[in-house]
Parts: sequence; C-alpha cells; structure tokens
Amino acid sequence: MSNTLLQVIVSGLLLGAVYALFSSGLTLIWGMMNVVNFAHGEFVMLAMYVAFMVYTSLGLGPAASVPIAAMALAAVGMASYFLLVRHIMKGPMLAQILGTFGLSLFLRYSAFWWFGSDFRTLPDTLVGSPFQFAGLRLDAPRLLAGVVALFVTLGLHLILTRTSLGSRMLAVSEDATAAQLMGIRPERMQAAAWGLAAGATGIAGALIATFFYTSPTVGETLAIVAFVTVSLGGFGSVPGALVAGLLIGLVESVSAYKLGPVYKDVVVYSLFVLVLWCRPQGLMGKM
Amino acid sequence: MSSPQNAAPQASVGAPLLSVTNLEVRYGDLIGVADVSLVVPKGSVVALLGSNGAGKTTTLNAIAGIVPASKGKIEFEGQAIAGQPAYAIVRKGLALSPEGWRLFVQQTVEANLLLGATPLADKSQAPHLLQKVYAIFPRLAERRLQRAGTMSGGERQMLAVGRALMSAPHMLLLDEPSLGLAPAIVESMYETFQKLHKDGLTILLAEQSVDLALEVSDTAYVLQVGKSVLSGSARELANNAEVQRIYLGAGH
Repeated sequence: MSNTLLQVIVSGLLLGAVYALFSSGLTLIWGMMNVVNFAHGEFVMLAMYVAFMVYTSLGLGPAASVPIAAMALAAVGMASYFLLVRHIMKGPMLAQILGTFGLSLFLRYSAFWWFGSDFRTLPDTLVGSPFQFAGLRLDAPRLLAGVVALFVTLGLHLILTRTSLGSRMLAVSEDATAAQLMGIRPERMQAAAWGLAAGATGIAGALIATFFYTSPTVGETLAIVAFVTVSLGGFGSVPGALVAGLLIGLVESVSAYKLGPVYKDVVVYSLFVLVLWCRPQGLMGKM
Repeated sequence: MSSPQNAAPQASVGAPLLSVTNLEVRYGDLIGVADVSLVVPKGSVVALLGSNGAGKTTTLNAIAGIVPASKGKIEFEGQAIAGQPAYAIVRKGLALSPEGWRLFVQQTVEANLLLGATPLADKSQAPHLLQKVYAIFPRLAERRLQRAGTMSGGERQMLAVGRALMSAPHMLLLDEPSLGLAPAIVESMYETFQKLHKDGLTILLAEQSVDLALEVSDTAYVLQVGKSVLSGSARELANNAEVQRIYLGAGH
C-alpha cells in the first residue's frame, strides 16, 4: 500500500470517528423514545459556539471547551426534554416532527441574532501544528478529534450496555409501564437520555470546531451527515453509528483521493442507497 | 357466605394489609371495574377469582398504580395509595407480577432481576436478594446471562415473580401465574407460592383456575362483570354451588 493511500485511510477513519460521535446522540434519542431530534444539527452548532466562546473569553482550547460544551449541551438537552419533548411526545407523530424542527429553527435564528452571520474559525495552532508519525503527516486537531470521538462513542455504548443507568434507560424504552413497576420514573430516564445524547453531541461539536468553520447554519450541513450515518448504521444502534461513521469517513476519504473530491459524495450516497436497498433497517438496526 | 361489604374474611390472619373499597376503573367510556371491595389481611393468601373479563387484571393494575382508579379507596399499610404513580407504590412494598409478564426481553435474566431491585431504599441488599431468588428458582441462575426474550413460558413466569421479589415486597400481587403453562410447571409454581407464604409474604392472587387458587388461599373473592359478588374462606367457596354456577354460567 502506498504511503499516500495509508495517509488517506487514516484521515478518513479519524473523520469517521467524529461522524460516529455526533451521530450517536441522534441514534440514542431515537432508540430510547422513538423521537427524531431534528434540532440535532443545531446542538452541534451550539457546542461549536461554546468552543469558540471558551477560546475568545478564556483563551483556552479543547481541554477546556470539550468538558464545558459537554455540560452546557447536556443542560440544553435536558431543558429541551422538559420544556418541549415531554409534551409533544403525547401528540401525534407530526407534532413530534414539527416540534423538534421548530426547536432547530429557534436555535438557528437565535444564533444569528446572538452571534451574527459571520463564519468563524478557531486558530489552527490552538491544538498543535501538524506532525509526522510513522511516515504519516497528521493534523493535530483532526487526530485529537478522531481519537477522543472514538473513546467517547465507545464510552457511551458501555454506559448503555454495562451500567445500571443504561439498564434502566433501556427498560423504559422497552416498556415504560413495566419500568414503573420497577420503581423507575420514566421521565427521569428520558431526561437522562437527552442529557447523555446532547452531552455527547456537545463533545463532538467542540472537537469539530477545532478544524471546521462555525456559523449559525453549520448545523444543517452536519445534520445531513448525522442522518445518513444513523440510517446506514441502523436507527437506535450506537455500535451501528460507530461502524457507519467510520465507513462513511473512509469511503469519503478514499473516493476523494481516487476519483477526485467532487465525486466523493456521489460514492458515499450510492453506497448509502445500496446498503439500504439490501438492508433497509441499516447495518446493525433491528426491523 | 356473605357479600363482601358486610363481612370480614373469616380466616383472618392479621390486621388488613391492603383494603380496597368500592373501586371503579374506567377506560374512557368503558368500565373495567365497576365496584370491587376486598380486604387482604397481613400474612394471608387471598385469591381473586372470576372468568375472563371479570376485572381481575384491572383490579390488580389499579392497586399497583398502572391504571388510575376513577372512584373508591385503596389503602396499603394504613396509607391511601389510590392515585399514586406505580413507581411510588412499589417503593412502599407492594409488588406486581403483571399479566403477560412484561419482561425486558432485550436484557438478560440477571439484568431483569436487578431492575426489580430498583425500588430498594438500601441498594446493598440487592446481591443478597439475588441469591435468594436464585435459590427459589435455580433455573434462573442457570440462565442468568441469557436474554429474557429467549426463555420459555415457565421460565418467563419464574422471572416475572423473581423480579417482583427483588424489591423485598411486603405484599405480592400475582396476575394469572398459571396462564398458558404446562401443569407440572404450574404445580411447582404454586408450591413456591406456598413456601413464600410460609415465610410470611402476603399474597393477592388473581386466578382463573378455581381449584388451584382455592387450594393455596385462605380467603377468596369472586368477581363477575367488574363487581365483587362473593367472598368467603377458601373451604366455603370450594363447596359453594354459586361459585360453580358463576363459572359455568359466565365463563365457559
């Protein structure tokens, strides 16, 4: 394998890990309560602005912005649950779709009002300059983002499958009435799921902000990738989001290298359609 | 033999642990239960008899708090519990093994049991209770890492009862524990209930199979179209022509 191809594969996988992380919040909310959060992209956007503000007001990089964005977005997620989602869940499916879509518009235009429409970027040197490792040229922000995203996604999966909190959250999603017979308050578990999902999304946003522009509409662009990742991986499955994220990152990167950057989306979406053709439930989803 | 309104159960073991007075449950325009009254003395086994649709499940669900009572009183350990949410009632020591088991089928046997321990105020009791449940149902110990959804009907029933026991309840509500199970399994299940009773657990048992229920219970109530129409000691009801008539007339 040529060194350049290896380089392309590594950067594809690093980007894919970030895709996986910012999609896992979306898939978690769906898996827990059958709600599609159309404001998911705006959660990423808010986290990117948090990272930006942490830099402008404190002069600090991801070591500070990642935990701060995680906490801030967890709070935003739980507030969204208590103020909006809890109520619209009682309504018809259309109310749920329009409810979270309304939330996305509200957050997007609040960002216009508060931050203005300028595109902003964090300085390239905030995380570190590019370096050579084993013959590969690695971009520090992308390396950090990919590695942290991979660990956070795996951590999220472990929380869901190996802890008492995860078991109780899953119990509520399986049968909320039976969960009540176990002394579990469904609303608390659903709020916890929103907090966890939005917190993970916050980490993703703060990481993305180190190498991607920030603007009030960036959520739209990113949300498309999240929806593709989630449907490819299977709605509701965090491991599915991980596999799909890595796959999309890899295919995108390799096809941009082999065929040219213009064609990468064609290849990614062709693959997407092909997979869903054969497996409509996604790679790891349940029917 | 008497109507439930004016008679205390005759084989009274202790003071009432649970009392239900003139319970009514509506599902929209439908009446699930019209007028049910019953008393469960501490330390006793009380059977709730009646054919399909008589209101047994609705009565148990209303006591456990998963359907709201539209009228009437429910008192547990002297406290009014009608209108309280199910998650609060189970923490008071009143556990239900529901109709259709309602297991968390995607999770393991052990995860289901540990979920049952959620209501415990003192979580350090959980490992001890788990061992106790495994001693009662060794089959569950063998299958502890298997998903609940892959188990047989008898094993699911064991898990539903075991899960309810994990909250160390003062009283257990059992909804049709014999439904759909092979006779040999039903027999061992009922032996288990008798053991639990001997260890001091109070049980309210809804059961369609009259002979089975009267064998283990101290007193029994008969429900017919959402009303408690008869009550008495198990021995009295076993020999009662009216019971036979209700079952033969309305049920089969």
